[in-house]
Amino acid sequence: MTAISERQQRSYIGAIAAEARVNVELETEGMTLNIGPQHPATHGTLRIIAKLDGEQVVSAEPVMGYMHRGYEKLVEVRTFPQVTTLINRIDWLGNFANEVPFILAAEQLMEIEAPARAQYIRTIFFELSRQANLMLFLGDMGVQLGAITAVFYAFRDREHVLNLMESVTGGRFHPNFDRIGGLKDDLPKGWVEECKGAMVKVRRFCDEIEELLMGNEIFETRTRGIGVIPAEVALGYGLSGANLRASGVDWDLRRDNDYPLAWKDADFKVWTHPDGDSFARYWVRLQEVRESTKIVDQLIENIPAGPIMAKVPRIIKVPAGEAWVSTENPLGEMGYYVVSKGDLGPFRVKIRTASFNNISIVPWVMRGVYVPDVITILASLYFILGDIDR
Amino acid sequence: MSRLSSAETTTEEQPAPLVDAARDEMVAALATQLGDAVVESHVAPGRDAWVRVDLSAWDTAARVCREQLGLTYFCYLSAIDWLPSPFGRSEDDSAPTVAPSTDQLDHGVAGGATRFQLLARLVSPTTHLGINLKCDLPDDGLTAPTWSRIFPGADWNEREICEMFGITFAGHPHLVNIYLPGDFEGHPLRKDFPLLSRMVKPWPGLVDVEPMPGEPDEDEEATEAGDEE
Repeated sequence: MTAISERQQRSYIGAIAAEARVNVELETEGMTLNIGPQHPATHGTLRIIAKLDGEQVVSAEPVMGYMHRGYEKLVEVRTFPQVTTLINRIDWLGNFANEVPFILAAEQLMEIEAPARAQYIRTIFFELSRQANLMLFLGDMGVQLGAITAVFYAFRDREHVLNLMESVTGGRFHPNFDRIGGLKDDLPKGWVEECKGAMVKVRRFCDEIEELLMGNEIFETRTRGIGVIPAEVALGYGLSGANLRASGVDWDLRRDNDYPLAWKDADFKVWTHPDGDSFARYWVRLQEVRESTKIVDQLIENIPAGPIMAKVPRIIKVPAGEAWVSTENPLGEMGYYVVSKGDLGPFRVKIRTASFNNISIVPWVMRGVYVPDVITILASLYFILGDIDR
Repeated sequence: MSRLSSAETTTEEQPAPLVDAARDEMVAALATQLGDAVVESHVAPGRDAWVRVDLSAWDTAARVCREQLGLTYFCYLSAIDWLPSPFGRSEDDSAPTVAPSTDQLDHGVAGGATRFQLLARLVSPTTHLGINLKCDLPDDGLTAPTWSRIFPGADWNEREICEMFGITFAGHPHLVNIYLPGDFEGHPLRKDFPLLSRMVKPWPGLVDVEPMPGEPDEDEEATEAGDEE
């Protein structure tokens, strides 16, 4: 097994020692605690079977499948343009970002590229869905720790971003706006100005939440040093996105991969944190929202003129081949391995979602922690149920 | 079988980077380590790399990738059923007339010989290059060595493959269903597993036209006329 942090080791030894001591003195038996499937901390239907010894968790096992919708099977009976309707609903908070890697994979197989204007607007929407998603996390983390105010701020300010999405796509959560070869529509008049205003509000929200939560002593003591994940362990479990960067791995697909999207034209910083604890994960995501607003600000000034759709046939047939495209979604790396046989629909699509791997570390990271920390760690790993269960 | 290679499209324009030195090197290094166990490999310059390994070297390949090639990031592990679906896309007109057989399967990149193939992806967090590993599984023994000791993240992926494809993993610590109920029968992602909702009510596909409310139902008349002919 890979290196275990000192803190992990200590807490694990502590757990064993506590078990021995308690068993000798009181002869108590271990207790099994069911967290979920209907528990506010799981925001959805995730169930965690925690075996406890007093206040300490001896083992924690997540149980999924309460919301399994079988997307990998369903996409096989759909045509390529119909697939975006489904995959919108995988990570419902980062909706538009789900569509992009699939569309890019299909475009790669067809060897077409959307025009520059479409790529810019795609990137802007990608970042908007990242903000909408992560803003809710920034507020929700407070709720899990008992600070209920923050989430109301988050819901209030997230509306600014959702309104932007709605005014263009018609959908607050399910835009279904990305098309093979471009986008469904152009931006409406006056949208650019609105968007600039909203970015200012999002940045103000970040400042507000930073003052509200991060300076708070209770917040710090409940998150610092809780749920430490070393980088090697994180990589072995396939953690991605902010969870990986919070463990000190400097890797952001937006910067490190070559996409036709417009990230390469924007100047942004990839934040990492060396600690790997719950606080680090929160902090990295907060910075990420800030960087995301900067990306939007830069791109929106320079949207090139031109068409928003490339020339694509009316009935789309994707040539036979295989393509893997993944992007840096709000929750982490999301990718699609698309196998096409030259038909109207895909032959097989493997959907790699971030939350599935991010949550798979739960049994490892929760050994030896205290019960309230289970909630903290779950919240800081940040998952969307639809993203685990697909 | 058209490959992902951009060779056909780029020759007439300009000499684009048709050689991907870094990916070629990675594939070559894996081939040196594994020897004959590498059955086939393919590099799409500037895009991706595929390596198909022998079943006996499936876990060795993972270990070599992790410890010697620096591909320490576990992306995913999955499987592909190459049997053409006997149900088509479950639309009125898309079902194949001839039942598919396992003799003539059209495998994708890096080829294949059997119906079921394992598919995995490992990435290097420093060079950011990834590799797609494939592995044929013989029809009479759908068992592969587990990766869960090399990449702990493979644990849940293997449980998913087990319930969805019926492929078991030797040495896996806890191979139970992850999504489906424990007593679920069948393996849903196999191509011969019918999608029940489409069996009950087939999707009309391209002829999906419903009459507007209040308008005469032209569709029905048309089909009636068609029936008489």
